[in-house]
Amino acid sequence: MKKILAIILSAVMLCSTAALFAGCGSKDAGEVNVYSWGDYFAEGQDGLMNVFDEFEKETGIKVNCTTYETNEDLYNMLKNSNVSYDVVIPSEYMVTKLIKEGMLEELNYDNIPNYQLINDRFKHLDCDPDGKYTVIYQWGVTALVYNKTKVKNEPKNWDALWDESLKGDILMFNNSRDAMAIAMQTIGINPSNCTKEDIDKACVKLREQKPLLKKYVMDQVFTEMETSQSAIAPYYAGDIAMMMEENEDLDYCLPDYGSNLFYDAMCVPTCSKNKENAEKFINFMQKPEIAAENCKYLRYGCANDEAVKLLDKDIQESELTFPSDEYLDKCYVFGNLDPEVYEYMQEQFVKIQAE
Amino acid sequence: MKSKLLSLPYIVWMLVFTMIPLVMIGVTAFTDNSGCFSVDAFVSAFQYTNIFLKSLWIALLSTVICLLLAYPLAYIICQMRPSTQKTVIMLMMIPMWMNFLLRIYAWVLLLQNGGPLDTLLSAIGIHGDYSNNTAAVVVGMVYEYLPFMLLPIYTVMGKIDKSLIEAAQDLGSNKASVFRRVILPLSIPGVISGITMVFVPSASTFVVAQYLGGTDDIMIGDVIDKIFFTNNHIGAALSLVLMVFILLFLVLMNKFGDEEAIA
Repeated sequence: MKKILAIILSAVMLCSTAALFAGCGSKDAGEVNVYSWGDYFAEGQDGLMNVFDEFEKETGIKVNCTTYETNEDLYNMLKNSNVSYDVVIPSEYMVTKLIKEGMLEELNYDNIPNYQLINDRFKHLDCDPDGKYTVIYQWGVTALVYNKTKVKNEPKNWDALWDESLKGDILMFNNSRDAMAIAMQTIGINPSNCTKEDIDKACVKLREQKPLLKKYVMDQVFTEMETSQSAIAPYYAGDIAMMMEENEDLDYCLPDYGSNLFYDAMCVPTCSKNKENAEKFINFMQKPEIAAENCKYLRYGCANDEAVKLLDKDIQESELTFPSDEYLDKCYVFGNLDPEVYEYMQEQFVKIQAE
Repeated sequence: MKSKLLSLPYIVWMLVFTMIPLVMIGVTAFTDNSGCFSVDAFVSAFQYTNIFLKSLWIALLSTVICLLLAYPLAYIICQMRPSTQKTVIMLMMIPMWMNFLLRIYAWVLLLQNGGPLDTLLSAIGIHGDYSNNTAAVVVGMVYEYLPFMLLPIYTVMGKIDKSLIEAAQDLGSNKASVFRRVILPLSIPGVISGITMVFVPSASTFVVAQYLGGTDDIMIGDVIDKIFFTNNHIGAALSLVLMVFILLFLVLMNKFGDEEAIA
């Protein structure tokens, strides 16, 4: 049911593309064009606040939100199309790439006073060490979700995804970067900046795993796990929290050696025509009440200390949404791979599936 | 002069949305990252030959099953009263008003373990896995493309001159021979266009295998989708090769169709 709702919602969001194109031509100062991941803000779902409406009410600025599915889509759009977006929300490695290629505007943090409320850990991000271009939006880690009735040995780390006794019941990321990173961690390679040799080693591991798998999935993991179709899957921790609400047989495991810490940061691309509005939008999204509302919806980590205080106790204490500081210290962050290496990784992953 | 003016918008449309993109795909496929001429992309593309063959095989299988289901159905519908015919065709079309992805998703739910099919068959003692395999992919494809096979056959069959059938009967043909010597040959054009309309999109389809298939079920459409993620050149080369395959198929079908029309 939730899935169908998500599909309908994304259709609605696609429709709003039209609204965006209508807005592109005009020089009306009363707009902000946001280009973000799909389904990434509380917009009145599940009885939550509609943050875009609230922003419009407070500032009179109209939000046009368009969505992309991958960081690469975002990059291609900014690089190759003559578009104007004011706020984009790329992931860490894409931020590095955009900064390197001079595609982001420096922010004026005087216009973003709520930046003060952000936890120090998330202020000077690795991808933006001088803290000039970014304000974090959400963060999270990858983790394991498993069905207690099917998995007898409590998983400790990713090795559980290679467990022969679960043959035919294991799901795996259908996305090269995450899948390769998991394989690399199991053989002691740091996935943040891997080489072609590392990828080859990871491929051996993934080839071993393929006969044990039921499927390579992304969004399908929700139904598979919520309806107890499969035994175990790796996914993003915030989403695992959602799955666990739907099915009480599910449990989670944060790999003991750490996992991937990812975050998406709000930035202003150089094609922006409304930088001031963009900064107002970014500031508004880090207003404690608003950030808390988005966190309630997404269940990804919220970097705003004041917002965290506004959350329900059970969300605050959830290890999936807020892993401990000690755990985060063990995690690694994806670096920006050389395009050639990334291409190689993607191709090798497709080849494993195509064999 | 007037007709030329009228066709201008179509020519512009074809130029902008068909010819130019085609040239762009060609250029992308035959260059490398530095923009120089190169056939590397094709060398990489041919590493996926097994996937090409698998996709064509799945498409062929779906087309044959669609034909086996749609042809008798079209024949039966044609025998009905005109008002009933309209209702039945309508019923066939209604599912198509729904989004393609939703329909595939519905099949995932129908076929999954503990789903309706599994529950039903378990009740009478048959246990098995119905989703996450090639058969499920074919079922999804057949469901998806059946109307595209049915409609052309039905249209052509409905247009067969009744007096030809009566003439055959007058000349002593029984039912079987009327079908074999009158209806079947006259409905071939519908079958040909039906086959084309099912085979071509199903060979290049994507997402269906991802949703209904297992780890081994990946079709060329999915590979193209994934490769375009990081490498446009190989993606373009794969698309070109696929287009050549489909073109060959169309030429073959056209040849076959023309001969039938002559005979």
